[in-house]
Amino acid sequence: MLNASTRDQYHTLLDAITLTEADDQPAIIFVATDAEPITITRRAFKAQITNCAMALRGIGIAPRDLVIIAHTQNLESIYAFWGALWLGAIPSMFPTLTEKLDPDFYINNLAELTRFSNVRVVLTTDDFAPTLSARLPCTVYGTSAWLNMSVEESLPICDNKAKETSGLQADDLPSPRLRGRGVGGEDITAFLQHSSGTTGLQKGVALSHRAVLNQLAHYADAIMLNDQDVIVSWLPLYHDMGLIAGFILPLVTGLPLVLMSPFDWVQHPALLLKAIHDYRGTLCWLPNFAYNHLARRVRVRDSDRLDLSSIRAFINCSEPARHASHTLFAERFAANGVSMKQLAVSYAMAENTFAVSQTAVGEAAKLDTIDREALQRDLIAAPAAPDSDDALTQVSCGKPITGTAVKVVNEAGDSVGERQIGELLVKSDCMLTEYFMRHDLQPFDSDGWYKTGDRGYIAVGEIFVVGRSKDLIISAGKNIYPQDVEAILYEIDGIHAGRAVVFGVPDEREGTELVAVVAEVDTYDQEALRQIQLAIRQQIARATEVSVSYVSLVERGWLIKTSSGKTARAANRAKWLAERENQGNLV
Amino acid sequence: MIEAEVRAQLRAFIVKDLIKDAKYPLADDENLIANGLIDSFSLAEIGVFAEQQFDVYIPDPDLTVAKMNNLNLMVARIMRDAK
Repeated sequence: MLNASTRDQYHTLLDAITLTEADDQPAIIFVATDAEPITITRRAFKAQITNCAMALRGIGIAPRDLVIIAHTQNLESIYAFWGALWLGAIPSMFPTLTEKLDPDFYINNLAELTRFSNVRVVLTTDDFAPTLSARLPCTVYGTSAWLNMSVEESLPICDNKAKETSGLQADDLPSPRLRGRGVGGEDITAFLQHSSGTTGLQKGVALSHRAVLNQLAHYADAIMLNDQDVIVSWLPLYHDMGLIAGFILPLVTGLPLVLMSPFDWVQHPALLLKAIHDYRGTLCWLPNFAYNHLARRVRVRDSDRLDLSSIRAFINCSEPARHASHTLFAERFAANGVSMKQLAVSYAMAENTFAVSQTAVGEAAKLDTIDREALQRDLIAAPAAPDSDDALTQVSCGKPITGTAVKVVNEAGDSVGERQIGELLVKSDCMLTEYFMRHDLQPFDSDGWYKTGDRGYIAVGEIFVVGRSKDLIISAGKNIYPQDVEAILYEIDGIHAGRAVVFGVPDEREGTELVAVVAEVDTYDQEALRQIQLAIRQQIARATEVSVSYVSLVERGWLIKTSSGKTARAANRAKWLAERENQGNLV
Repeated sequence: MIEAEVRAQLRAFIVKDLIKDAKYPLADDENLIANGLIDSFSLAEIGVFAEQQFDVYIPDPDLTVAKMNNLNLMVARIMRDAK
């Protein structure tokens, strides 16, 4: 098992147990609502990825080439990712085009990324390949064009007779262990994680083999990972939590991974619980909204016979953890064996590979009740009585994992003391190397600290996150930059540039932030207003896949502007909330 | 159960609780999910609502975007099993 004491036995991700001990134990079990589970043994997994590596080499992919996998989340995209790794290329998972997204927006974003990052190839579905191919400045392959064709016609490694004639076999590729010690070794980039922005150019977080292995080793210790663990995940693989915790971690440590499509899970949340029950899952990472989604939208008859007591930890990560969500979840599934002791929290980011901190597994995450007024007025997390009017309950994100240091700084950049609010800075041995091909972006300060943009405090060695320095909205685990959404609004007929604002509204029921839009319009015509409202919802969903929860069309002059003429999001948000409260529409 | 009642209750639930605009004039064949009016999370919520309100259990394989993308489709599916 990879952990701090065995870390030096690993040199690259290809030293993964799933590959070095390729036996008949399950590597991945893929479950779906309307299909039988598919079990992939380690042996089959290795055969598939070496097959993919050969096929990729067959289409001219070389070590260090950037391979974007813009695919539906399925076994093929998983094999392609590891196949690229095996070849020494740099894979990166990218979200797929969904029905809801506008193809033009999606393709333009991908085209821009492709130009900036010198992408060598984009792998996608057969259906989507012709469209992408016509619009991207790099080679695009649908599945049958690279995998099947290469295997059957160009590099026949499945057929013994063909093997003899081509002379190419998986074994011809250098063995992973040897390659890891070759030129560059642990410090070469293993893969990229792309920032989960709304629109616009995404940043490719470049992670070395060393950084990822350091993270996995330290994190394994933090969660007391052991040979009996079974990881269950519905998370998308283009996001750090899904990619590292719900994908790389189990495959490198050789633990079974029970995986499902995020699209399937969102519509059928009980699928995750059934998977935990069926495979005796022990670890499951979830963004906060998922606790509410599961508690509120799994029907009793779908959960009443499920045993969830095998779980050592549900780990809340990637958006602010809320005590109310934990309570709701623990109460809803108490009869299924869930208790608060199973509800852990992690603070994580792609730039640190994944986890920065983790609460103790097997214990309920610590709570800190603080005074809201002191927080806002004095930037201090002053302890408050839980029943006082101004009490605010914060959930701990735990202690930094080994190898990662966290400090809190004020606006001048000076470290502040215990319980003082400031920006969280992180320094570690598992940091990104760079933003790939973006030398204009410097992730570190002169002392090597990464500025997270998150605001928080430290109390008794544990990290508490209270907000963000920027206007970023995190809705259902997805990062949304208001300025990106506002740019979309300005293009809509009936809305003038600079006359619309987007902000997040915390929602107890959903356990996440909902997106609100306020736009000034010049018309009172009901049909025209309806069309504008519909256009706002449609255009934003098509560009970002985010559903807007509140659309308010207001008269000209409603929006508050800053002295420089910019839209003041916080002030407009406060005004909108106050108006709703006065109308009796409490959010 | 009368279809018109199911339609009225479901429409009220969708515009008030999911679209969050009780005055929204939702058309029977309006594309709910692909148009961004509601998201796919809401399908699970509609499953819960149908069970609580109409005592109709819609199994997961039927709770998909293709099968539930507008009010007409949802009402037809509920009426199929309504007692």
